Amino acid sequence: MIAGIFEPFGLAFFRNGLLVATLAGAICGLIGCYVVLRQLSYIGHGLSHSIFGGAAASAVLSVNFYLGAGLWGLLSALMIGRVARRGKIGSDAAIGVITTASFAIGIALSNRFGQAKKSIDAVLFGSILGVSVGDVVAVAFAGLLAVAVIWTCYRKLLFATFDAEVAEVSGINVARMEALLMLMLAVTILFTMKVMGVLLISALLVTPAVIARMLTNSFARMLWIAPSIGAVCGFTGMLLSYYIDVSSGATIILVASTVFVVVYAITGTRGRRNVAGLAHGH
Amino acid sequence: MSGSSSARTALVELDGVSHSYGGPAVLHHVHVGIEPGSFLGIIGPSGSGKTTMLRLVLGSLQPTEGTVHRRPGVRVAYVPQIETVNWNFPITVGEVVLMAGAPSWRRPWSTATERREVAVTLEQLGLGGLENRHIRELSGGQQQRVFLARALHRRPDLLVLDEPTSGVDVRTRHEVVHLLTDLHHDGMAVILTTHDINGLAAHLPRIACVNRELIAIGTPREVLTPPVLERTYGAPMEVLEHGGMLMVADARLEPA
Repeated sequence: MIAGIFEPFGLAFFRNGLLVATLAGAICGLIGCYVVLRQLSYIGHGLSHSIFGGAAASAVLSVNFYLGAGLWGLLSALMIGRVARRGKIGSDAAIGVITTASFAIGIALSNRFGQAKKSIDAVLFGSILGVSVGDVVAVAFAGLLAVAVIWTCYRKLLFATFDAEVAEVSGINVARMEALLMLMLAVTILFTMKVMGVLLISALLVTPAVIARMLTNSFARMLWIAPSIGAVCGFTGMLLSYYIDVSSGATIILVASTVFVVVYAITGTRGRRNVAGLAHGH
Repeated sequence: MSGSSSARTALVELDGVSHSYGGPAVLHHVHVGIEPGSFLGIIGPSGSGKTTMLRLVLGSLQPTEGTVHRRPGVRVAYVPQIETVNWNFPITVGEVVLMAGAPSWRRPWSTATERREVAVTLEQLGLGGLENRHIRELSGGQQQRVFLARALHRRPDLLVLDEPTSGVDVRTRHEVVHLLTDLHHDGMAVILTTHDINGLAAHLPRIACVNRELIAIGTPREVLTPPVLERTYGAPMEVLEHGGMLMVADARLEPA
């Protein structure tokens, strides 16, 4: 039985998947702190859907996945900004229109030129099959980028997240901080969606950060609690997915949701009050 | 401080400034200079352009006409409306005040010197020992003073406040008025917007009455007059005097 428990660790693809899932959980937890406090959950959700269109187009055109999907995601983000700035359409509506159109393009391309249904399931819900050493390196790069940006811009990002108007007046380039945040968000989604899946990545961005918020009133502590919870959920969820034969993304999110329910119950009124201000960006 | 050009002695000067958000101008052809050590309250009805004027002073809005002259190197600090603060944000009193130094910071953590300086600022505002408390755990007066502490920690030449007594109780209002008066006496220039004529504006050295244009600027005795108030608010107002203080009342209201 003991030998059975360690059986998947003998498989290279599983070891890669486990590493990617753990790193993805940590990175999503870290970036997720800014996402939930800035109420950008819907942008995270939309961006992952948008990147799916880019992923499908890259496959059809035989372009590198990260390059094609990354450019597509960037283009979508710019279009959302442009449409929202024209003033007649709110940013939530712009996200809804542009990212779902992009998602539909992805579905259409996959239906017309793509592979079997199983491949689409893998993209939508995540899979550890095909996670290569290159993917591990890519996710590690995303993590290093996020840590470096947050390390060097910690105070500026905190000020811009808490109080953008005063931060701007105090000499902080809030637009640059927002662009950095969007870049980190896009890179995180791009490099972790293989394991997490398009439909579930936004949950990993939100859930560990919300759990951390219930546990602490300090932003600095939230920044290490959320990645820790994300990493544990990623590791445990990936391990479970192997044994119960369920997609990796779904299992990781189910683990995170279970942790959320437990913490929600334990922290009681205090925890609920802490997350009361984290309204969804809809 | 004056209603016209002030020969560039001003910290900030609005010179024939207009602003529009795409439609008709919300503020038209305003001349105001904010001199060092001055104290100005801006009053007017909702939508009269008070906050727009404040944002032009802050530089967060650019005029569609006219020029905003800012003395080189002038340090401006801003205290937003307390009602706009996200009280559920995970942040402590000390972390809020430390934000004042954020633009020049390269490290994520604060040094012992910086923490000592924050403690001194908090002590000056009667918030000593509250560094590690979450902002939500404070009283209304303490909450207002935390944001004042963040602004003062920048050692500003000009302190700008948007509705500093909005949504606070009478006691907190008194605290805020006394604190601002002390800062003014110490030589700091202060500019604020308020709806509170009797509780705040009437106690200030100078008041600007705004309703899409600058209607009047001067001491309370100069501008708190029925004709000026009627032009500002579009309704007849009575001005009474009680214990040497002016009090403004809506002339249309009768005792029940």
